[in-house]
Amino acid sequence: MTLLPYLLAAWLFLVGLYGVVTSRHLVHLVICLSVMQSATYVLLLAIGYRSGKKAPIFTAGVPVKVGAVDPVVQALTLTDVVVSVTGVALLLALVVEIWKRAGTVDPDRLRRKEL
Amino acid sequence: MIPLQLVTIALVGLGGLAVVTSRDPLRQTIVAGLYGLVLVVLFVVLQAPDVALSELVASTVAFPFIVLAALAKLRDRRRE
Amino acid sequence: MSRNVRLGLFAAAGAMLAALLVWGFTGLPAFGDFQGEYGWILNDVAGHERHVTNVVASVVFDYRGFDTLGEEFILFAAAIGVALLLREARDDRERPRDEVRSDAVRAVGLMLVGPTVVVGLYLVAHGYLTPGGGFQGGVAVAAGVVLLYAAGRYRAYSAASPHGLVELAEGAGAGAYAAVGVAALFAGGLFLENVVELGTRGTLASGGTIPILNAAAGLEVTAAVVLLLHEFLEEVMYPA
Repeated sequence: MTLLPYLLAAWLFLVGLYGVVTSRHLVHLVICLSVMQSATYVLLLAIGYRSGKKAPIFTAGVPVKVGAVDPVVQALTLTDVVVSVTGVALLLALVVEIWKRAGTVDPDRLRRKEL
Repeated sequence: MIPLQLVTIALVGLGGLAVVTSRDPLRQTIVAGLYGLVLVVLFVVLQAPDVALSELVASTVAFPFIVLAALAKLRDRRRE
Repeated sequence: MSRNVRLGLFAAAGAMLAALLVWGFTGLPAFGDFQGEYGWILNDVAGHERHVTNVVASVVFDYRGFDTLGEEFILFAAAIGVALLLREARDDRERPRDEVRSDAVRAVGLMLVGPTVVVGLYLVAHGYLTPGGGFQGGVAVAAGVVLLYAAGRYRAYSAASPHGLVELAEGAGAGAYAAVGVAALFAGGLFLENVVELGTRGTLASGGTIPILNAAAGLEVTAAVVLLLHEFLEEVMYPA
């Protein structure tokens, strides 16, 4: 049971990888890749979680002594979530470019000479 | 682990599967948006509001917009 | 490679990877039982060391500010890459099409522009006090700008996101972050060291360089996302 959140991360990674391997459409492939990436968010946040602790935000009235979940993994994840969108955008720009040159977005039909 | 975490973990697992098995990219974009929202709930129950906000703005606004624009572009060429 | 061979390869490799992951995960601390010292210490000291209430923001923009510099430049590079790829072969002679015809979509879109931008700016401004910050708020502000397009006013949208200005803002956001780091050197500190007056905890004037870096990140993210969405939108608007 204490392994379950980690197993979720493994599941997302493998399911996403399955999608990438079997994809017949490059846009579908990119979205599957983003599922794989979300596995890393789940893993990091699951590791940093502490049972019964609250978020690491100590506004007025919240005593520091109660402790909180790990802030470092959250800092790593929150920037990456935003940056990953630009990564997806870059991949999709490549997909559009492939479409213009090869006239197909099925990875199985792409031939080197068309690119 | 509290029950809410258990439920959201199950939902995220199913959501990931649903995104991958939606083979039509247009439909998949919508499913991916919903998957993003389930992830937001998971991040909230893992006490990570900053990350939840990040995922919220990324997965419901920027991500679908870019994917839909790319899909519109691909459809555009096919028509000609 | 045929589909079946590929599937077989994935089945074998995936099974091995799954076994490896599960084996690795059993060595991690049990869920909810993480005792990493770094996080405990930061939660304890960030409040009085940096005068912020959101410890995550202090990690992003101060304790691990150097990592965020890297993230900023990834963002910068990705946005430039998209612009380079998509801008290359665009035919600028055709007129943009205004495709939104529904009055309801126009009305709701216009209604949401203001609130979205305000929420975004609020998230940026209060990032080191409550959940939020330059990264989240930046995307929200960009979303507000793009809603102008959803409201069916392509020209209003174009006017609100002038190309040169957006590009300038993108460079300025990334540059300002690095400049704050270098400024700390001139002030006698280390690169990206927090050398500014820390202010009163829990108010907007707190955190030293954290608000400055936060604002730089907000500018960078807003500009990068507007630029990305703009490039894709142009791509749709001008059929090749």
